[in-house]
Amino acid sequence: MVENPKTIGSIAFHLINYGVFAIFTIACVFPFYYIFINTISDNSLSSSGQILLLPQGIHFNNYAEVFRVRGLGSAAFVSISRTAIGTALTLVGTSFLGYAFSRPEYWRRKLWYRFVIVTMYFNAGIIPWFVTMKNLGMVNNFWAYVLPSIVAPFFVVLFKTYVEQIPASLEESAQIDGAGYGTRFFRIVFPLSAPILATIVVFTSVGQWNSFMDTLFLIRDSKLYTLQFLLYQYLNEVNAVAASLRSSPQGQLVDPSRLLTATSIRMTISIVVVLPILCVYPFLQRYFVKGLLLGAVKG
Amino acid sequence: MREGSGLKAAGLRLFGLSLPLLLVVFLFSYLPLYGWIYAFYDYHAGMKLSDTEFVGFRHFTELIDNPVIANEIVRVLRNTFAMSLLGIATSPLPALFAIFLLEVRSRTFRKLVQTLTTLPNFISWILVYAVAWSVFSVGDGFLNRLLLELGWIETEINFLASSDHVWLTMLGYSLWKGLGWGAIIFLAAIASIDHEQYEAATVDGAGRFQKMRHVTIPGILPTFFVLLLLSIANFINSGMEQYFIFQNPLNKDKIEVLDLYVYNQGMVGQSISYATVVSMLKSLVSVALLFVANTLSKAVRKESII
Repeated sequence: MVENPKTIGSIAFHLINYGVFAIFTIACVFPFYYIFINTISDNSLSSSGQILLLPQGIHFNNYAEVFRVRGLGSAAFVSISRTAIGTALTLVGTSFLGYAFSRPEYWRRKLWYRFVIVTMYFNAGIIPWFVTMKNLGMVNNFWAYVLPSIVAPFFVVLFKTYVEQIPASLEESAQIDGAGYGTRFFRIVFPLSAPILATIVVFTSVGQWNSFMDTLFLIRDSKLYTLQFLLYQYLNEVNAVAASLRSSPQGQLVDPSRLLTATSIRMTISIVVVLPILCVYPFLQRYFVKGLLLGAVKG
Repeated sequence: MREGSGLKAAGLRLFGLSLPLLLVVFLFSYLPLYGWIYAFYDYHAGMKLSDTEFVGFRHFTELIDNPVIANEIVRVLRNTFAMSLLGIATSPLPALFAIFLLEVRSRTFRKLVQTLTTLPNFISWILVYAVAWSVFSVGDGFLNRLLLELGWIETEINFLASSDHVWLTMLGYSLWKGLGWGAIIFLAAIASIDHEQYEAATVDGAGRFQKMRHVTIPGILPTFFVLLLLSIANFINSGMEQYFIFQNPLNKDKIEVLDLYVYNQGMVGQSISYATVVSMLKSLVSVALLFVANTLSKAVRKESII
């Protein structure tokens, strides 16, 4: 762009523009920093809100201690399992369906394609859904986390559109060699679709990790609680948890600055829950834009 | 001819291979529609449908006839509409975010802002709540301590339990979470505007704001329009996660949107049949809204959104 003359107006514009973006960006990031410095600071200072900008009395005891909180280990295991299994199932199920719908010979293709796509635009409502899930035996059942999301209609559309751009000759040569649909899908289509598969993986895994409502509706058994649900519970009853931990089993004296407090538990679990997201989200952003450009979604 | 029947067999085989996936779609998306039948019974959890009383449209007429219920519905609809309208009123913000971000000259600063402001979009509402707690709570919250230290306030303010400005607070959280992410699609839209248009405008002596008005805004208007139509289609689908997590006895009157109301009635209050009626009507209205939005889109853009 052609440089404007440095008028007062132009300088003022840039000053305000930079200022507004800087403030909003700080507002987006600072809370996470604030929570983090509190988790590594002297717990008696953090619980009275004295750690504002810099950590004081640095220790990492909270991260060691927090796993003593009842249920945290199991919740971490459930969260990791549902993310891994759920993402793998969605990846294979959704991409295979997208591939199948890209084949013109598919029996009554248009009808079945619509059958799947339409589900993006309606739902029966949460109560009928809950009663149905109950009748299907999905209450207090780990599979309730991963089965319903096997087919993600939006990604079916994306994958189908993408596969249709792959040169047909590649698949045809395999077909002539007598390869069935399974082989053609896993050996040829799947490896050629890496960018769109990456998009599906990152979005599904973040969705699985963050999911909360399904636990709220369907799970009563605390062994199947996820990290998100546990965090929600702790936010509501955090003082009781801290008190139960303060009476350590051996009855030994603990340095009060290291003693878990309601504040330290809450903040430490928050960091544990947000950490995986922090690690992957820069990729999400890249793949989202890429995925949209590749799939060229209708609209 | 032989080739044709071979193709048909292959098509059937492919259909067979994908059948388990279609079954999953049927079980989890279509079967719940059968649950609408509870709307016509006096159903209670744990009972068999055949053991419960068939009441026809009684739960439907209650919505209008029973003044207590009618008032509830009006209150809940007001909350839902207020939050949706606020959302639509602020829908130009992501576009403005993108337009002004591109005015920033430093590439590093631009990238930094873009990356960091999308972070809140990827955390769950529970974490947003945890973050809000850390910033706004009494005793150990950042904002109260900061204001006290600066001497701007005498006693701490209980921001989280406040029943004032609930709609605006909720809008604030949504914007904090979604603004940076929402801007990405507009950044892509602006990037696809023909660069020559800007050069031509510069030659014509257009200033910064004139270029925004005559080149950038017309360039991203189609994108904006599609998103606007989608938000009209989702007018009553406010979702419930955010409101469920932020609800407390003080703000319940103002925060209860349709979905949350259905949850509170059906899951907490055990009025399954009544809650089914409300969610059923909600689903029908939202499908109708989708058709309205789609018709609008066809009329204006000559293209459908579904």
